[in-house]
Amino acid sequence: MAERKFSWPARSETTLIGKDIPRIDGVAKASGQAKYTADINTKGTLFAVLLTCPYAAAKVKSIDLEPARKMPGVKSVFPFKKEKDEIRWEGDLVAAVAAERTEQAEDAVKAIVVEYEQLPFFVDEADVKRAAFADRTKGAGGAKKGDVEAALKTAAVVHRGHYGIATISHMCLEPHGSHCGWKDDDLEAHLSTQNVSGTPGQFAEPLGIDAANVTVVSDYEGGGFGSKFAVGEWGVACAKMAKEAGRPVRLMLDRATELKIAGTRPSGYADVTVAADADGTVVAWDSLHWGTAGIGGGGVAVGQMPYPFDFPNRSTAQIGISCNTGPNQAWRAPPHPQLCAMTQTALDDLAAKLNMDSYDFFKKNLQFTQFGKAEVYAAEMEIAAKAIDWKKKWHPRGEGEKGAVKRGLGMALHTWGGGAGACTCSVKVHPDGSVETFLGSQDIGTGTRTIIAITLAETFGLAVEDIKVNLGSSKYSRSDGSGGSITVGGVSGAHRRAAQTALWQIFDKVAEKHKIESADALVARGGKILNGKKEVCTWKQACSLLGVKPLEVQGEGPKKDGLTSERVGGVQMVDLSVDTETGLVRIHKFVAVQDCGLILDELTARSQVLGALIMGISYSLSEERIMDNKTGRYINADLENYKLPRIGDVGELVAIMYQPDSEYDKGVVGLGEPPVISPGAAISNAVANACGVRVPILPLTPKRVLDALKGGKA
Amino acid sequence: MRDTSSVSNENQARSGPGFNRRDFLKGSSVAVAATAIATGAEDSIAQDKKAANVVAAKPAPVKLNINGKTQTVTVEPRVTLIDVLRNDLNLTGAKEVCTTTNCGSCTVIIDGKPVYSCARTAVECQGKKITTVEGLGDGKNVDEVVKCFVKHDATQCGFCTPGFVVATRAFLNTKPNASLDEMRKGLGGNICRCGTYDGVAHAALECAAGKKGGK
Repeated sequence: MAERKFSWPARSETTLIGKDIPRIDGVAKASGQAKYTADINTKGTLFAVLLTCPYAAAKVKSIDLEPARKMPGVKSVFPFKKEKDEIRWEGDLVAAVAAERTEQAEDAVKAIVVEYEQLPFFVDEADVKRAAFADRTKGAGGAKKGDVEAALKTAAVVHRGHYGIATISHMCLEPHGSHCGWKDDDLEAHLSTQNVSGTPGQFAEPLGIDAANVTVVSDYEGGGFGSKFAVGEWGVACAKMAKEAGRPVRLMLDRATELKIAGTRPSGYADVTVAADADGTVVAWDSLHWGTAGIGGGGVAVGQMPYPFDFPNRSTAQIGISCNTGPNQAWRAPPHPQLCAMTQTALDDLAAKLNMDSYDFFKKNLQFTQFGKAEVYAAEMEIAAKAIDWKKKWHPRGEGEKGAVKRGLGMALHTWGGGAGACTCSVKVHPDGSVETFLGSQDIGTGTRTIIAITLAETFGLAVEDIKVNLGSSKYSRSDGSGGSITVGGVSGAHRRAAQTALWQIFDKVAEKHKIESADALVARGGKILNGKKEVCTWKQACSLLGVKPLEVQGEGPKKDGLTSERVGGVQMVDLSVDTETGLVRIHKFVAVQDCGLILDELTARSQVLGALIMGISYSLSEERIMDNKTGRYINADLENYKLPRIGDVGELVAIMYQPDSEYDKGVVGLGEPPVISPGAAISNAVANACGVRVPILPLTPKRVLDALKGGKA
Repeated sequence: MRDTSSVSNENQARSGPGFNRRDFLKGSSVAVAATAIATGAEDSIAQDKKAANVVAAKPAPVKLNINGKTQTVTVEPRVTLIDVLRNDLNLTGAKEVCTTTNCGSCTVIIDGKPVYSCARTAVECQGKKITTVEGLGDGKNVDEVVKCFVKHDATQCGFCTPGFVVATRAFLNTKPNASLDEMRKGLGGNICRCGTYDGVAHAALECAAGKKGGK
């Protein structure tokens, strides 16, 4: 018998892998049957409402919860803060009330009496001088290579500019929260999380119980984007209130609180100096950065600046600003979108100063990109340029239409690791031929259930409908949280290994029964076991050879067996118009060319890219947290004033998956993060190309566009 | 477009610890006009204090016709339709996302029109025909809109999806031959965070084309 090795099927022989497969939970979601944490209404459920602090900095002078306890319907009141506690950002939690009805809980929250002593605060994250004057700045590292000063002296062209990108909130449509119920000493917590296996301990420790007594369930999760790894103090409070009331409690953050405290992406501002030789080869980069990640200061980690280039001479320094603003959380591809937006805008300005076509300039400097992706970038640039008709449409900066509405092109490129995460799964093949799997992973909307079903169905020669995928419970075997694009590699590798192991055992039984010399000659396809082209038996008949008990195989990962890999790249180009009278930017066409190794489901892969482009349009053109310097409040913490694009605002989107055989052979790599990195720089560059002026800070709101136009050439 | 005419003041209500829709609906003694953005922390705290003095009306039976079935709940007049659907009747397809009539996640069909169910009190929906996402389709088969959404992958996390499905159904009922551009205007009342708009537009277009006997 030949050695049995784990591998993906030859590309020419796949029946499901790489095709457009609709997600297996699509009907459940679209028809409203899917139950999210916010939908859990077990019998006797109480509804919790939060009291939050209206001040950016304050000390609790006194707090009286008693009036709330006396209100109708109230079953539990929980204090997050006590006398003398300090509050360091607006929206911080003060108390929660659980009552029979939401409106009763709201009434009771209003009956709580809190006296605050207001304290000085600072929320101006963009103004580093003011921050220094207020003693809110702290050095946050930097890096150096080569001799920047010498290189600047001999460079043919030097460009200096200011760039930045505002803080945004994750704005998960299902807010953070949980539904907690107790059965004796056991806690069952439905949690809106992207970290099912990693959260039981986060409940157990503060509750003083064993993690073994906690079950975390998350069948569906309404958006996380990096912000839903922790149980949060509100999760623990929910469990405590449920215990006190002897009833299940549902506590979801209200919309304003969700925006203020449940996750933000740090802002980044930078003064950049960049220089090149006359032929456009970049010779030096120097940048000073500042921004905030909240009260701790920090900001965008600039270790990977300039992104994703490694120029021969470079220097970066970072100043963190401590602001009285809500905590920061990982946001899709941290911190690449900000790094890309602060690097590739400056590079594009340098290209303009050199009178070079941006395409030629970026192509020339691909030699400095990291991770050996230069050739792939070059191929992707060619494909993207063709799709957007770059050569025909490109014009020198500001030299397009004569009228008020001006059209422009811009591009950017990105990279991401996305190696496989840890995953253990239990695959069961029942004697009746049915197949199921159990794992403590989660489907956060990326299609995890579906790619697992594809992996098992492809291996066993079945249809995706034949596979039952059980995930979303911490009682199943451990999987990593879903962040950093590690899930698809983690779960597909583990499942392919488990399924091939199971299949080999089944093949051995079939070979024995049907007296076939080599089990290696068998293949499973179309619900049948074939020997060459000849049918030996059906899948069901083969499985009946298992006897009365199911075959159960554990799959593990990641392993270095070639099933999964890491490191992807992508190029994005955008064609847009700027109305120089209103400042409004309109996307015409947005092209993304993305590589991501072996693609299991092209339909959901494209969806990841298209969704990322839309999120990118959002943070590039409209969404940002607006802090009021006078009151310290987050003044647009609602869906009316926190501007997300709507269906008519996004233009024509084109997602091209770059997939020569070399990509298929690479194995599976994650895709969630990378395509959301380039939009900021690509859109900003296109706006500059259109109207002749750099609008330095993202998002490029009409006001910022008009201000930049008034200021003239940047 | 959504019919929100009867709740024009609500459009400006803010969620969270400040002024909100339930306070507004609690009684006429709350004569506070909420501003779109309260920049002063003190202003909204004053509103809180004023709101706390309002006494709610007593719960009373409310009879609703939902998905062809008559259901009776006993709730205060200030209780919104979305709360009754989700918390009293366990019809959780409609999602509560913004509570300020901006996002469309709670869209239901009332007497043929798409309506944000956070913008209606339950009591004012008596005598009207309410259809939620659970009531689409013919009982045996899911609605064609659902099928098209799945085919075009018009869902990611899926939290906004039922609202989009109901909005699409209502829009196509009145404009069965809508073009892509009309669709983009007609579905502008709903917000998605994951970025499923491309799938939604193509799903809706296929439904429209299907009606025409085209594709």
